[in-house]
Amino acid sequence: MAHAPTTPPLSKEQLLKAYRQMKTIREFEERLHIEIQTGEIPGFTHLYAGQEAVAVGVCAHLSDSDYIVSTHRGHGHCIAKGCDVGGMMLEIYGRAAGLCKGKGGSMHIADVTKGMLGANAIVGGGPPLAVGAAIACRNRGDKTVSIAFGGDGSANQGTVFEAMNMAVVLKVPTVFVFENNGYAEHTGADYAVGSKDIAGRARGFGMPAESCDGADFFAVYAAAGRAIALGREGKGPATIEPRITRYYGHFEGDPQLYRAKDETKELRETMDCLKNFRARVTREGWLTNAEMDAIDSDVLALIDSAVKTARAAPPPNDAELTTDVYATY
Amino acid sequence: MTQKSMRDAINEALHLEMERDPRIIVLGEDVSGGAGGTSGNREASGGIFGVTKGLWPKYGDARVIDTPISESAIIGAAAGAALAGLRPVAELMFADFVGVCMDQIYNQAAKFRYMFGGKGSCPVVIRTAMGAGMNMGAQHSQTIYPFITAVPGMKVVIPSNAYDAKGLMITALRGDDPVMFFEHKALYPRKGEVPDGAYTIPFGEAALVREGEHVTVVALARMVVFAEKAIDALAKEGITCDLIDPRTTSPLDEETILESVASTGRLVVIDESPPRCSVAADIAAMVASKGFRSLKAPIVQVTAPHAPVPFARELERAYVPSPARIEQAIREVLKD
Repeated sequence: MAHAPTTPPLSKEQLLKAYRQMKTIREFEERLHIEIQTGEIPGFTHLYAGQEAVAVGVCAHLSDSDYIVSTHRGHGHCIAKGCDVGGMMLEIYGRAAGLCKGKGGSMHIADVTKGMLGANAIVGGGPPLAVGAAIACRNRGDKTVSIAFGGDGSANQGTVFEAMNMAVVLKVPTVFVFENNGYAEHTGADYAVGSKDIAGRARGFGMPAESCDGADFFAVYAAAGRAIALGREGKGPATIEPRITRYYGHFEGDPQLYRAKDETKELRETMDCLKNFRARVTREGWLTNAEMDAIDSDVLALIDSAVKTARAAPPPNDAELTTDVYATY
Repeated sequence: MTQKSMRDAINEALHLEMERDPRIIVLGEDVSGGAGGTSGNREASGGIFGVTKGLWPKYGDARVIDTPISESAIIGAAAGAALAGLRPVAELMFADFVGVCMDQIYNQAAKFRYMFGGKGSCPVVIRTAMGAGMNMGAQHSQTIYPFITAVPGMKVVIPSNAYDAKGLMITALRGDDPVMFFEHKALYPRKGEVPDGAYTIPFGEAALVREGEHVTVVALARMVVFAEKAIDALAKEGITCDLIDPRTTSPLDEETILESVASTGRLVVIDESPPRCSVAADIAAMVASKGFRSLKAPIVQVTAPHAPVPFARELERAYVPSPARIEQAIREVLKD
């Protein structure tokens, strides 16, 4: 564990931002876990708690002109890519003022102006889109990249194989991020991923790939940095496979009968990216507990206000039912 | 004006618009052909039907992209590139192949605008070859436009001639919505008058191909050509028909059809697809509910049978609605 660089890999400002984003995601999800039980939030919700270091460690390298495509478990990616937290909460409550006017919901949050091309409720639906966004990046020649977030489940979808091969063939700047959280819905990755090695599978398509500790922000940041740099240098796609866990079920309400009793309780002790981050930055003297405590209370207030606003906000008008189907009719 | 085939008319539309708009890219299997391989001929095909010929030599790898045989990735990449500001034309070699990429069409491209609350658009044009008549068998001959017409968010274009194909393609390329553009294989070589320059034909405006007083006939793509034959034969007997080519099934020009039925009182709908949940059934239902009081006789639908497209020449000929069957249907609707 001993690690003693005197200079952090990110500026202090970036470290504070990374911590704030991870904490925001955690608080957003923990609060949703509670609020969902009131029955006020419609539909299916898939929480990202536990995986924060992945979204933030990757997106810390990106600007608004880079693209990401996300998954059904997309809240973390949205926050890390800069989507408005209040707008997201309104969307999840199905409100008119939501980021997508209440027409998308938890699984379809998007903000194209932030390069966030959508959460996606089809497992394996996003990677082909990311390859297309990367064609746009390549043709613009502005060194932008696209990121295809997916889970271990998506690593078994044919569309993802097609996307990976096409990215290699076209040599476009797509980084495939397979967040291996150990479970695809209710089935273990140790069962469903035949080779048990997603990064190895990506190498088989002819691109560099590495796995890393997804609970270690700095490990993800470094691996993503190497992968993204290849894209920015015009060297084509790359893959990272952060190994991580999710603290909640596949969806909210999932009784998780496929997990050992107390598995998540234990993982919260041993595999928590926020605790890891705090321990590292204080040990190295990069940030102080007081600085992070201040962020904690900011974030609590932000989420609390987002929930209060969303609960009180009006739903969309019925007249919105058939608008936005087409750009022109 | 010069005579041009539908193949050349669409090709011309692509050339003109790629010249005009640098955001347009073309991607698909063999759109230029000859990538890799041993001949060194870098434009070995120009599309399997030659519709994308001459684009690669002009615009190169950045804008004319030969892809692996990966339809999901082709359509998905086109949709993703569209979200990221390009205007992609994806070629799905045969319409039958929607089966391998349907998710990217109906769950992704078609729904983005709505799911994103109107923030963002997905201007992708999916060109695809369809239709029977070339003995290509059950997996290369279907007219699957009913599947796509049923999807909110997609626009569906089904041209019946070279002139319309060019104008409709240019409209598709200048629009902000996802479009599926169905090109009937048997119509590719058919020639018609086509101006050299660019022009647009609005979606949702049917063409009145023949004017008459006794029967309204609605037909799409190759069925327009067959209906013309039937109608012209009947005209010699003094039976005259309105022939309406909707040109786009989404949006559908209901008004032109209803106005015609209001004056003729009789409707025959021709569709190369099988009958269940077909465009013929859709138009018949629309007229039955919105134009019932104009009708003097039951609506007659002429469709393919509820069967896959067969291979043998004789069977395939029997499968596709023929001018003779259309003529018979017009006589039948006049009986009552």
